[in-house]
Amino acid sequence: MIPGVGIGHFLVLSAALFSVGLYGVIARRSAVGVLMGLELMFNAANLNLVAFNAYLHSGAMAGQMFTLFTITIAAAEATVGLALVVSIFRARRSVRLEHVDLLKG
Amino acid sequence: MTFSTATWIVPLLPLGGFLFNFLFGRGSRRLVPRVALLAVGSALALSLVLAAQVLGDPAPKVDGIPWLSVTNQVFGHFTISVGTLLDPLSAMMLVVVTLVSFLVHLYSLGYMSEDPGLARFFMYLGLFTFSMLGLVVSPNLFQMYIFWELVGLCSYLLIGFYTTKPEANQACKKAFVVNRVGDLGMFLGILFLSYYLGTSDFSAIAAHLGSWPLFGPAWLPLGAVALLLFCGAVGKSAQFPLHVWLPDAMEGPTPVSALIHAATMVAAGVFMVARVYAVFDASLMGSVNAPLVVACVGGFTSLFAATIACTQFDIKRVLAYSTLSQLGYMVMALGAGGLGVTAGAFHLFTHAFFKALLFLGAGSVIHAVHSNDVRAMGGLRRKMPLTGITFLVASLAISGIWPFAGFFSKDMILAALKDAHMTGLYVLAAAVAFLTAFYMFRLYFLTFEGKEPEHGHPHESPWTMTLPLVVLAVLSLGAGFAGLDFGGRSFGSYIRFDRSPTLASDWTRAQGLALAHPKAVGDYRLATALWAAPALPPTAATGLPAPAPATIPPAQESRAFVLDYSVAVPATLLGLAGIFLAFGVYRLKWIDPGRVARALGPVYTTVYNKYYVDEFYRWMMDHVYYVVSGAIAWFDRHVVDGVMNGLALLMQVAGGALRRLQTGRAQAYALAMLGGILILLGALKVFVP
Repeated sequence: MIPGVGIGHFLVLSAALFSVGLYGVIARRSAVGVLMGLELMFNAANLNLVAFNAYLHSGAMAGQMFTLFTITIAAAEATVGLALVVSIFRARRSVRLEHVDLLKG
Repeated sequence: MTFSTATWIVPLLPLGGFLFNFLFGRGSRRLVPRVALLAVGSALALSLVLAAQVLGDPAPKVDGIPWLSVTNQVFGHFTISVGTLLDPLSAMMLVVVTLVSFLVHLYSLGYMSEDPGLARFFMYLGLFTFSMLGLVVSPNLFQMYIFWELVGLCSYLLIGFYTTKPEANQACKKAFVVNRVGDLGMFLGILFLSYYLGTSDFSAIAAHLGSWPLFGPAWLPLGAVALLLFCGAVGKSAQFPLHVWLPDAMEGPTPVSALIHAATMVAAGVFMVARVYAVFDASLMGSVNAPLVVACVGGFTSLFAATIACTQFDIKRVLAYSTLSQLGYMVMALGAGGLGVTAGAFHLFTHAFFKALLFLGAGSVIHAVHSNDVRAMGGLRRKMPLTGITFLVASLAISGIWPFAGFFSKDMILAALKDAHMTGLYVLAAAVAFLTAFYMFRLYFLTFEGKEPEHGHPHESPWTMTLPLVVLAVLSLGAGFAGLDFGGRSFGSYIRFDRSPTLASDWTRAQGLALAHPKAVGDYRLATALWAAPALPPTAATGLPAPAPATIPPAQESRAFVLDYSVAVPATLLGLAGIFLAFGVYRLKWIDPGRVARALGPVYTTVYNKYYVDEFYRWMMDHVYYVVSGAIAWFDRHVVDGVMNGLALLMQVAGGALRRLQTGRAQAYALAMLGGILILLGALKVFVP
């Protein structure tokens, strides 16, 4: 425990990270940028989990275990996502998302 | 062999003949008629045996197997059976139908001998005979209705037998459609009756009728149900205003006219009314006097058709209108009740013989001269003595001259009308007797007497055609004596209608119950329970007037034919006057009938054109039916279809607008999700404290 630092500080940081990530997901034109935004959102969630674990249930390890799983899955997700981006780039010579709208109604 | 087994077999014999011919006959001109003749001949023999047994033991015998069994909350337990009912009425009909059918089969061997459709004709005849026999032995209304429609189908097939003749095709469609109109009413009547009485068995109907005010709905008096049933008879027995099909049905082969449109099928309506006469009779207790309506329809038809018959020149058409008139006579007799039911059935019995004889005689004439027009005939008695004499016998019989059969039955009808104090109808019936004698002898003199036409060499028909004529002539002479009293037994002692003695008190009791327990009205289960309960509400407390006994004519004990000179003398004199007038006009040529026709002008034209009833129906079709149908079709095409098309268009437009939301860009969806979450969070903040 760092003196003078409460759970509120962690949550504010986490919310800021999440918002930045969300902005990236919604506003970035490049698919790579969107994936990066997604990573930020994951990590915001991870930070929440760890903080809750430490401040509310310091005896239990569930939050930390969850975080480990999330990091692993996020790594796998990033792999798949990047592979998709590469495929799209090969097909279209572009990773700009506004060019990928095949499902337009 | 027991009664009931034998009664099953009678209708099955012609059916067997039909099926054999249908499956194995291969249209053979030798095999098919023989099988058909054998089948109907054995049915005739069996019917005679049955009739003889019924004479010894007239109690009704019912046999059957349950066919449809319904158990539910509305009906309780309701069963429709298929089986037979053998009583004097059905035994009489069995004999009449098989006998006339047998003679017509025999006659057709000669008449149809050169027709390419001979085998088909005999198959139809067999099927028809089966249907009619099934109808007369029916133990309940549902089975009767099935055979009723089968008879209608067979008549359709037989009227349209000459498939290459456009008039025949028109006529058979007309017969079918007009009959359907009446049958609809009859079917509704059957449904109402069996729904509210809980049974459709003839043997049980009478016993249940007293409970009608309780079981039946208040808005449906019993008389209305009786008249619905009567609709069927109006169609099948060709009463006004559904008579139009019968004269056109003469487009069929002449033996068919004799079998169906004179002796048997058209009798089905009269038979049905006689069968369920208890319903008509019981309606006297209620607010609708069904027998009076029946009598008036019959009386009107008999006069209406008799006047038309006086003006026609087609020999078969004259006979067709004569049939209409005689059926009207029977129906009128039924409406008189009491002795009238016996009289109607008796006239049905005698009329079958002489009308079949008239048609077969007409067929013999047509066979010889190859024309239907009486103006092309004349003097045929010398060329065709047997046909001429038998035709004369039949004409005397239908004119009601002693000792021919028509005398007895016609007199009995007149006596019944007199007993029922129906003076107007009595006078009308006497007038019809005069007209009948006139038009029949007009036909006879024009056809068989007078000058022969120059061309053509008519000859007597072969024995297969003349033998039925002779047999029927003997019956036309002798059948009337069945009405006489033979030591307490007569036609009327077997075939009679007697009012249930408890009907009046049952009716009052049911009215009392219905008043005391309004919820029971129309509720079959509750009503049954109340009916069975021993405690009765006092009738005086109901506040309803007891049925006036004076409106119910007393049951007569004897229904034998009694020679009443006050009836017989005027009727016979009128008949003789009719014959004399026809003799004077068409034999001695006192006056030229053409001049009379011209003098009568529009009256004659109207009658000659059958009172323009067909034209009226045509007009109704064109100006009412098609206009209404056109309006409904327009509604369907524009409003119903328009609503559906409008809905489809709305969906299309809405879809076109909403599809723009699907941009295909994942980031737009993510933004929408964000917006949704924010809205949900806001709502949570606002609405959840």
